[in-house]
Amino acid sequence: MDTKKYVIKQISVFSENRPGRLAAIAHALGEENVNILAFSIAEADGFGVVRALVDHPEKAKKKLVALGFNVAFTDVIAVRMKDKPGGLYEIAKLLGDANINIEYSYAYSGKEGAVLILRVDQVDDAIKKISAFGVQLIESSVFH
Amino acid sequence: MRSWDPRIEEMPVPELKEMQYRLLKTLVYRLYSFSPFYHDRMVANKVHPDDIRELSDVKKLPFMFKKDLRDNYPDKFFTAPREELVRYHVSSGTTGKPTVVGYTENDLNLWTNSLARALTSCGLGRGDTIQVSYGYGLFTGGLGLHYGAERIGAIVLPTSVGNTERQIELMQDLGSTAIACTPSYLLHMGEVAEKMGVSIAKDTQLKTAILGAEPWTEKMRERMEEWLGIKAYDIYGTSELSGPMFTECTEQKGFHIWSDIALTEVIDPASGEPVAPGERGELTVTILQKEALPMIRYRIGDITTMDEEPCPCGRTHPRVHRIQGRVDDMLIIRGINVFPSQVEHALMGIPEVGQHFQIVVDRKGALDDMMVRVELAPGSFSDKITDIMHIKSKVEHKLLNFLNVKANVELVEPGSLPRFEGKSKKVVDKRSL
Repeated sequence: MDTKKYVIKQISVFSENRPGRLAAIAHALGEENVNILAFSIAEADGFGVVRALVDHPEKAKKKLVALGFNVAFTDVIAVRMKDKPGGLYEIAKLLGDANINIEYSYAYSGKEGAVLILRVDQVDDAIKKISAFGVQLIESSVFH
Repeated sequence: MRSWDPRIEEMPVPELKEMQYRLLKTLVYRLYSFSPFYHDRMVANKVHPDDIRELSDVKKLPFMFKKDLRDNYPDKFFTAPREELVRYHVSSGTTGKPTVVGYTENDLNLWTNSLARALTSCGLGRGDTIQVSYGYGLFTGGLGLHYGAERIGAIVLPTSVGNTERQIELMQDLGSTAIACTPSYLLHMGEVAEKMGVSIAKDTQLKTAILGAEPWTEKMRERMEEWLGIKAYDIYGTSELSGPMFTECTEQKGFHIWSDIALTEVIDPASGEPVAPGERGELTVTILQKEALPMIRYRIGDITTMDEEPCPCGRTHPRVHRIQGRVDDMLIIRGINVFPSQVEHALMGIPEVGQHFQIVVDRKGALDDMMVRVELAPGSFSDKITDIMHIKSKVEHKLLNFLNVKANVELVEPGSLPRFEGKSKKVVDKRSL
């Protein structure tokens, strides 16, 4: 199967852990008319990583780099979950049984149900397993 | 006390100043015309050679920093053609990238003359045997003193550093009357001699020591003079200025800075303005006659005071007192001396972080807490937290290796640290607030 169309380009931004940094990033994206569809903040010792799915990743990166931010792209996948008890378990177990590691994940509950964003160590395998199981993956074209 | 060159050394002050002015004017015109670096810097500072109309106009000229030399490594700064060069010396680089100093024949001659005057002012001359126990080689100490001692007609015993027992035997057998070395090496020599059953005070003819190249104190002088039966004189210089150049005279009241060779100023390191006469500040030197590597208002970074009153010895040239510290003042963290330059040096080999840093010192309970803030370099960010944590611990590990004291590292965004010319601003010491 063609797994490529399910690979979504996530933008990650290195940020100092202090007030106003998220605002600076969000402001920059707003200025460029870039829409943030989903995002999360991971924090570590004194710094954080802001991760987001945006509708125009290249435009977002260009703008942020110009402002001096450290920016990277990472491949993630998005899974439509059953918005009911046990929905997350189904997917987590599926990947665990296939020995695919989830490095990090975040979720949002949209108009058409819950969506789980996953960063896994074997993207192609994860896409194949999830599809074969009958769970719906969201194509990257939906985001950008 | 006799002088090596009485006409210059005892010249009335107004004549000296007139000579300095003429030399400065010539230097500035020459560099403005022939040195792209000086030309650009003077233009950037909106100063033209015509603006130098009296000696005090030197303060219109821009400063030079060690950084300028490093940025122009190895020889982009040289203003003499290659054919004119006759020697290189290279600074040790223990606190940063090495600097290369080039010399023309005239430069060597000037340096040698400076030391000939200096050694004479310490009472040395024909008939003396001067044991040169400074390192010979890239370091300026050995060869500098060697040539200076030869010029005054003394016998040179070029022992260089090390092989201490043999040095002591030779000192006895050949009757060394003077030694030039670091103060710590002379202390070591005294101890080794005693173990050999030799008293330097009683069993040798040593009367004079020319000591420098590392900081030492009046207390050490008193101890060595009494213990070893000698007179100990401080010597000053840095490789950028040629090497060791100036010593105290027999009055032991500061280094005579030969005015025809160097124009010295003492400035407030923060404002760059001259301090009041006799006040402490940063020594700034213009070498008036150098060809290969000229220096205008070079900020050595040493803190000292200057005395322009004529010396009781009869020499009219100003004196600079014992160096009291460094501008990039060392920090004492949990009892360990830490220099910002060491941090700089440690960071140099880590491409994942930029060269800019800030040291924040605070006290946590009774303990000093040191934090080094560095910028995560563009391109070394990968989205993975573990990768960033790895960079952080890599920097921490390297700092511990270089400083022998633990420093926490905070990674910050590129371009977020303040950019300063002087190193001193790179330290925020909250302990003193």
